[in-house]
Amino acid sequence: MLRLALALTLLAALPARAQDQVTTFTLDNGMEAVVIEDHRAPVVVHMVWYRAGSADEPQGASGVAHFLEHLLFKGTDTLAPGEFSATVAANGGTDNAFTSYDYTGYFQRVASDRLGLMMTMEADRMVNLRLGEGDILTERDVIIEERNTRVENDPGSIFREQRQAAQYLHHPYGTPIIGWRHEMETLDLDDALAFYKQFYAPNNAILIVAGDVTPDEVRALAEEHYGTLPPNPALGPRERVSEPVQLAERRLVMKDARVAQPYVIRSYLAPERDPGAQEKAAALTLLAEILGGGQTSVLTRKLQFETQQAVYTSAWYDGTNYDDTTFGLVIVPTEGVTLQQAEDALDAAVAEFLEEGIDAQQLERIKFQIKAQQIYARDDADRLARRYGEALTSGLTVADVQAWPGILQAVTEDDILEAARSVFDRNRSVTGWLMSDEEATQ
Amino acid sequence: MKRFALVLGLVCAGFSARAEVDIQEVTSPGGFTAWLVEEPSIPFISLEIRFRGGASLDAEGKRGATNMMVGLLEEGAGDLDARAFAEAAESIAATLDFDVGDDDVSVSARFLTETTDEAMRLLRAALIEPRFDADAVERVRAQIVSGIRSDERDPDAIAGRTFDALFFPDHPYGTPYEGTVDSVTALTRDDLVAAHKAALARDRVYVAAAGDISADELAALMDGLLGALPETGAPMPAETSVAADGGLTVVPFDVPQSVALFGHEGMERDDPDFFAAFVMNTVLGGGGFEARLMEEVREKRGLTYGVYSYLVPKDRAAIYTGRVASANDRVAEAIEVIRAEWARMAENGVTEEELTRAKTYLTGAYPLRFDGNGPIARMLVGMQMEGLTPDYVNTRNAQVEAVTLDDVRRVAGELLQPDKLHFVVVGQPQGLETAPGQ
Repeated sequence: MLRLALALTLLAALPARAQDQVTTFTLDNGMEAVVIEDHRAPVVVHMVWYRAGSADEPQGASGVAHFLEHLLFKGTDTLAPGEFSATVAANGGTDNAFTSYDYTGYFQRVASDRLGLMMTMEADRMVNLRLGEGDILTERDVIIEERNTRVENDPGSIFREQRQAAQYLHHPYGTPIIGWRHEMETLDLDDALAFYKQFYAPNNAILIVAGDVTPDEVRALAEEHYGTLPPNPALGPRERVSEPVQLAERRLVMKDARVAQPYVIRSYLAPERDPGAQEKAAALTLLAEILGGGQTSVLTRKLQFETQQAVYTSAWYDGTNYDDTTFGLVIVPTEGVTLQQAEDALDAAVAEFLEEGIDAQQLERIKFQIKAQQIYARDDADRLARRYGEALTSGLTVADVQAWPGILQAVTEDDILEAARSVFDRNRSVTGWLMSDEEATQ
Repeated sequence: MKRFALVLGLVCAGFSARAEVDIQEVTSPGGFTAWLVEEPSIPFISLEIRFRGGASLDAEGKRGATNMMVGLLEEGAGDLDARAFAEAAESIAATLDFDVGDDDVSVSARFLTETTDEAMRLLRAALIEPRFDADAVERVRAQIVSGIRSDERDPDAIAGRTFDALFFPDHPYGTPYEGTVDSVTALTRDDLVAAHKAALARDRVYVAAAGDISADELAALMDGLLGALPETGAPMPAETSVAADGGLTVVPFDVPQSVALFGHEGMERDDPDFFAAFVMNTVLGGGGFEARLMEEVREKRGLTYGVYSYLVPKDRAAIYTGRVASANDRVAEAIEVIRAEWARMAENGVTEEELTRAKTYLTGAYPLRFDGNGPIARMLVGMQMEGLTPDYVNTRNAQVEAVTLDDVRRVAGELLQPDKLHFVVVGQPQGLETAPGQ
């Protein structure tokens, strides 16, 4: 461990951290902006994130947030369908968009002197979208094919959808981002435009620019292109229904002929990162690393190395959510181990871990890796930009994002065990078995 | 030590040249060469190593040996068992990734400058002294077999396997490099040791680095890292050519969306017409939403989420291939449209406007790819594998610019063979039986 101590000292002495590249400001119309400087190559990523995702959809119109994301490429008062992307490409750039539960985002990657042009077009489609019935019907076919590709062709994805629906009885996180197929098939122009009018406005948007630009340049361009857009005064606070207290564990068994490798997944409802209160989420983040983060993790050691009951194990937790998130465990059993045996082995491993406590050296290694990540992160401005976008659309602030690495370092062994004991409550869990249809349930 | 500067200036008016990528050619005392882009502003290094040959070097009857050997490089080496090795790498926050492909074994390392010595000690042990401990062998074998079983019921994997077997029946390219359940089950420790000697050798290694390291430091590091490798390994596999003819192969499988792969003979990377073919493919089915296939199959008809075509110049054969996925009752139409676009391009080439657009996109996008130590090191090692010189970063855009309308028309006519295009469809496609091999 001599090397480790040395490396820790060196890291502590490093002056530059990722957050030193970051500047923020807010336009008069409420649009927030984050600038991440990286001057090594004359490249810039321009992103606009909306605080509107699938969990903000009205009942009965599932998938409309994602459908609208597709339709934003279909033209405005001044741009023909497809002209947006064609213009980006004609300037040597690439563009795309993404939708999640809590956000919808649009981005272009271009030479940095094309930033103004990107803002012109992005500001334009924030308010001037023009859609025809033809665009709607063809693009609806496209998103249904997208659902086929992402979900229907893959039993693991169908299983994920079913488990998520079981996890959230009431909250919209139980509805798939891409939408339920029967509702996607009825999405129309009115659904799309209603969502657009409600959520696409500067006071619901975050501008993120990463790359070879200065904050002053971005501010001037942003004021010119976005600053003139009117805010939506009708935009209220972001409120969603919350889950009732879960009092009974939920179990699913899914059988599908296409499953060759059966597995068990357990998930528990868990708190997310909250503004000014990220400590519990930090403890859960480290817990997931300790249990399932690679070759030296607890589950890998107990279930793959010591007993060979599993070919794969993992634990996951993503605290960057607007509402309650999940903590998950998975075990893929070796041949000859039944799903019941696998589930029991998983439970036994977690129970043992709670008894044995935390290996101090493992925790130290994990914390060191988190520190090193702050150095590696500076090589990837795109990813840093995404991290800010996800956090700011999940209710966090720039200060929260910047405090996060320090909060992770401050987590103690007791914090982690306490977080584990509070989350691992079978009454608040969903357990899923995915298996081939020829297998008998044991 | 020659220096080549990539001036990130673009051809269209208004772009200014502001950044440079200096590629240094480094030679070690022991005779290894590497390409380096020094970037001291962030205290870490990305190191990329490739060994030509890869899974195609599997010995007769030992399919999957190279893949399994590579999977075991980080599972115990030197005086460290699998867990101790992983702990050592975590302790210095180094990432050491090992991967295999049809034509190469690849090593990607990322480590903090201050931990260079320790990171290289670990990487050297993995490359030179892997242990192949019995427990690690069985653990990795079980993971590989699990993956093979899953691929047997995955429509994309089934399509790929069927396509490869049709195209390359008498070559390693024709079978999955993971091997079969039987072949992997039969592999012994001796097979893995033999695969290690066959694949990792001095005469087939390529090195590139980007980040906080000097040319002298890199030169010194290479001898320690690679000097103990054997001089040579297994002979390279034979050249081969595409065996499939035009037509249609349907593999019935119960999924709602059919997955289709298509292709025919392609073009070698060193063919003087490669750039014309590359520009042509950008218009036909490359990346963006503006490509003809995307426009016709997705944008106009809504038949798919994505359709693409690719030039794939492998080391021992070249194919021109593509992929589409459409609902079972719509895939026939998607295939018909793709065949029609193939024929239209073969006959007429591209328009002046399409050519200009493709060139502007390709030349503009190229410099944007040099945007991080990892991406730069990967591009540098890839260029070496393709037999290019460092000067390529300066001449590449000019080669794209030099492609003329006539070049594209001629090359499209020669390369695209609509009647040779073979489709492999996995699913329950409707309406395809009536038009086999059209």
